[in-house]
Amino acid sequence: MEDLLLEIKDLNIEFHDHDVPERVVNGLNMKLKRGEILGIVGESGSGKSMTAMAIAGLLRRHDMKIGGEINFEGTEILHASRTEIRGFQGDDIGIIFQEPMTSLNPVKRIGWQVEESLRIHRPEMSKAQRYALAIDSLKSVELEEPEKTYKKYPHELSGGMRQRVMIASAMICEPKLLIADEPTTALDVTIQLQIVKLLQRLNREKNTSILFISHDLSLVKQLCAKILVMHDGRVVEAGDTLEIFTHPKEAYTKELIGAIPKVEKMKQL
Amino acid sequence: MKKWKSYPVNFRIGAVITGIMLLLIVVGFFYTPYNPTGMDNSAKLAAPSLRHIMGCDNFGRDIFSRVLKGMGNTFLIALATVAIGVVCGIIVGAFTGYYGGWLDEILMRVNDVVFAFPSILLALVFVSIFGTGKYNVVLALGIAFVPSFARIVRGEFIKYRDMDYVKSARLAGVSSLRIIFVHILPNTMTVLLSSIMIGFNNAVLAEAGMSYLGIGVQPPDASLGSMLSEAQTYLFSAPNYAVFPGLMIILMVLGFSLLADGIKER
Ligand SMILES: Nc1ncnc2c1ncn2[C@@H]1O[C@H](COP(=O)(O)OP(=O)(O)O)[C@@H](O)[C@H]1O
Ligand SMILES: [Mg+2]
Repeated sequence: MEDLLLEIKDLNIEFHDHDVPERVVNGLNMKLKRGEILGIVGESGSGKSMTAMAIAGLLRRHDMKIGGEINFEGTEILHASRTEIRGFQGDDIGIIFQEPMTSLNPVKRIGWQVEESLRIHRPEMSKAQRYALAIDSLKSVELEEPEKTYKKYPHELSGGMRQRVMIASAMICEPKLLIADEPTTALDVTIQLQIVKLLQRLNREKNTSILFISHDLSLVKQLCAKILVMHDGRVVEAGDTLEIFTHPKEAYTKELIGAIPKVEKMKQL
Repeated sequence: MKKWKSYPVNFRIGAVITGIMLLLIVVGFFYTPYNPTGMDNSAKLAAPSLRHIMGCDNFGRDIFSRVLKGMGNTFLIALATVAIGVVCGIIVGAFTGYYGGWLDEILMRVNDVVFAFPSILLALVFVSIFGTGKYNVVLALGIAFVPSFARIVRGEFIKYRDMDYVKSARLAGVSSLRIIFVHILPNTMTVLLSSIMIGFNNAVLAEAGMSYLGIGVQPPDASLGSMLSEAQTYLFSAPNYAVFPGLMIILMVLGFSLLADGIKER
């Protein structure tokens, strides 16, 4: 029990902003251990992002109905009020998004943005300490010339660099869980691999659990020991990555695996 | 500062006109060639000459001196009006846009009602209840300006509230107030700045209109609008009396319009 970080029981998310209620996540169960990397795969629209938002407490509650339980280190966070969870959030959960264009504030310098969660969670830190930590953090995501990057605005960086900045800013308080919602989808293939390697390294060094969401099975296979396959808001299949790749039980999973381009499959075998 | 040449032409022309206007206003605060309320019986309705470059009014007061003072008054009233409108508009628009929900519904319906009346009419009603004078006009026009700013700001906040960087700030535990004013508000500045300039123009015209109707700046104090109002009796005998204040209104508005256009283009 001790090493269980996140447990989701029977998560339901229903939208009520149209005439017919739309259920986008349906009875989802999952478990994530400390230091584990879990992949969530599924075609777009299958409810992956909604699940991620629910864990991060970022759903706008007034136009949807939410049911089930999300336990983070034994604390129920799905129905807790924002003030209750604010204390440990950001400390304990970090998130990176798909679109590097919109994941950083265009009018603020990189350094300011990376330091923001320090200002909230480590108010006792001096300006110099914050700066030192921000530079460290930028270094740890393998950005060259962190001091220069610190002073830049997002539009001065490439997509891959921005994604690294995002990771630096999500990791600066050393969260226990990093949610990565399609962090590589908008990037070139070579950069994708670099980001995956970076996540792998951070996971090893800091023992951060990672929830890696993607529709790219070949990436998930490289990074995650366990995966969870989603379709239409439901979990189709979950378990060991290797096991699922070699002996997929469900037709949908077989289809997904079949859709990986042949060349890539050969490369990975 | 970027190179002057790299700005659009209309921005540059606007900047020059506005610069000259501001210079005249500042000068007018400290120095006028004649006492703007001092009467000279021998110079009643004098035509423009070297002594009085814009001529004199029906009391023999130097029009140029009164224009300088009047520009200052008009400018300050417009500035205060816009300040009230912008500050209240930002607060209303930011909260309704960011939170949405029933607060948004209610405030926006109120906004629609206020917005449905022309701002001059609203200000007239206000003044007829609370009395005439500079300060009441500022307050009345300011309140009448709130809805249009609130709408613009609300639209911007709706656009930005679900941006990924706002989500990560929320996750990081940043308070809503800080997200609204520190994370999102600076992003709305470009849009806000050009509407501030348009708003400023409307305020200049509204002030002139109110003073023209005799409910703004009270005599013997001058504003561009009140001068126009006093000049209309002498429109044919002394056209210079009306032309110069009118010209100043046009230049002020033109300068700001060009600036606003230029900002939008960038
Ligand atoms: N505001 C909304 N109202 C109704 N349905 C929505 C809304 N936002 C998202 N959805 C639906 O939720 C489903 C799941 O979306 P999402 O979790 O983003 O999928 P994924 O991340 O797997 O691509 C989609 O079918 C989408 O149409
Ligand atoms: Mg998604």
